[in-house]
Parts: sequence; C-alpha cells; structure tokens
Amino acid sequence: MSLHDHAPVEPGYEVHTHHGDYIRIWAILVVLLVVSVAGPFFGHPLVTLVTAFGIAVVKAYLVAKNFMHINVAPRYVAYLVGTCLMFMLLFFAGAAPDVMKSDGTNWNKPAWVAAHEAAVHGGAGHGEAAHHE
Amino acid sequence: MSASPIATTRTAAGMPTGRLAVWWVIASEIVIFGGLLGSYIMFRLSHDAFAAQAAHTNTWIGAVNTLVLLTSSLFAVLGHKAADAGDGPKAARLLYLTAGGGLLFASIKFLYEWPHEIHEGFTISSGTFWSFYYTAAGIHAAHVIAGVVIMLIIAPRAKRNLDLHRVELIGLYWHFVDVVWIFLFPLLYIAK
Repeated sequence: MSLHDHAPVEPGYEVHTHHGDYIRIWAILVVLLVVSVAGPFFGHPLVTLVTAFGIAVVKAYLVAKNFMHINVAPRYVAYLVGTCLMFMLLFFAGAAPDVMKSDGTNWNKPAWVAAHEAAVHGGAGHGEAAHHE
Repeated sequence: MSASPIATTRTAAGMPTGRLAVWWVIASEIVIFGGLLGSYIMFRLSHDAFAAQAAHTNTWIGAVNTLVLLTSSLFAVLGHKAADAGDGPKAARLLYLTAGGGLLFASIKFLYEWPHEIHEGFTISSGTFWSFYYTAAGIHAAHVIAGVVIMLIIAPRAKRNLDLHRVELIGLYWHFVDVVWIFLFPLLYIAK
C-alpha cells in the first residue's frame, strides 16, 4: 500500500526524508546536556568553555543534521544558513572593537575605564557607566 | 475542481515552497538572534561584572528547560515521521506533546523562574546583563509561544490526515527554536 492510499496529503508533497533512530539522537543530546552542566563543577575555565560552548556546537549540529535534515536538503539551504552565520560574524568583527576596547586612535572611553576600576576595587559599578556614555 | 496550495505543489526550488519559506524564516531568525547573542558575547567578554551578575541565574532551571525543549524536539521529529507515514492521528498526538513541552517550558520560565528572579530584585533594568537576559530569553520565549499556537492550529487538521506537510514545517521551526536555546543556555546559565 502506498502512502497516498491512506494519507490524503496534498499532491506534490514529497516524502523523501530518511528517518533515523531519533530516540538514540535524543539520548545523546541528553548525555551532552549532563556533561555541559557538569563542566563548571571542575572549576577550570577552559573545561567550562569546552563543555559549555563546544558541546553547544555539537548539540546544534546533531539537531540540524538529524532533526532538521539539513544534510538532505538542497545544497543552497546550507549556503543560505551559512551566509546568515557569516553576517553574524561580520557584525561581531565590525562592532567588537568599539564595544570591547577602551581606547583607540583618537578616541577613548573614560567612563568605561572608571567603571572597570570601580568593579575591580569595590565590586561595585558593574560596568554600567560605560553603557550610558 | 479542487485547488492545491502553491506551498505544497510548486517545486521549482528543488523542494516544496512551504519548506523553502520556513528555511527563509530560519535564516532571518539567525540574523536576529545572532545579533543579540553576538552583542551579548562582546559585553560578556569585556565586562567582568557580567560573570558576577550571571552567577544569580539558576543553572538547574535552565537545564530542566533544556531537557524539556530537547524532548519536545524529539516529539516534533517523531510527528514528522508519522506524517510521512500518513498516520495523521499519531502525528497530531505527537504535535500536542510537542506543544505541551513548549507550554511546560514557558510555564517554568514565566510562573517560576522569572517571578523568583524579579522577587530577588533582578529586573530588566537591574543591569546590562539582566537587560540581555530578559530580552534574549523573552524573545526566545515569544518564539516558543508562537510555535505552540501554530501547532495547536495544525494538529486538528493533521488528525484528519489533512495538510500533513505542515507537521514537518512546524517541526523545522521548532527545532530551530531548540537550537537557539542550546546556545542561550550556556551563555546565560553556565558561563559564570
């Protein structure tokens, strides 16, 4: 019996997805979640960085590949998504110097420096003054 | 003569137009969330005080909500599988379970987590970290609620074996919402 014998889906609706073992993928994602939560308990910043963000990238890849089936979509879908990710990186590269540096050629942020010093010395200020420049 | 929607019949782009449209939505959402998360990362890396403020978020609540979203994504993809098999009633049941996951996620956030934090004095105006926190999590939660509403609209027709392709389309959107949370979770709850 074919699909359309009992499933009145619209004509043209293509059924091509290869369905894998989704429960196994979900179990892997849960294990990775546990690892990412456990990471900070080691008390090492590098371990936390890897277990938090490294694992986030792996989890996102697993979801995109196995649940969203991006690997079987036409190639241009990956290019479309990749282009938008590149825009994100471009935005970051363009804006980060202004946000993350306290000075540069012919400019500086005295309030930003003052707020940092206040935070370091008194734990106060929370760097907020920098955002009201 | 019956009319078929263009979204399911035109395949000039190599896939049904409805699916292509959802990918376009996802691409535009990447720019929205990407800008937000990129800005957060810039401030997080350049302001040590962010770490102190982030220490007040509840990692366990974030982890439970991550588990809820991952599980609802499982239900969504199983619903897609059921729809592909032509089993509308099963696809509808799985959509309801997915929507239930979304409601549970939103309930934990709006009925427990946020009220607790606001009660502790951490509001959207308490500092830059909290502004990012409520904005990013709030926009994400709005997407969760939108997904739940769409699923509750789709499920009754899917139960009658109608418009089964929509089960896949809402699933695609839902997985993206899950992916966004996968990155929000370490940023807001783990990197302290």
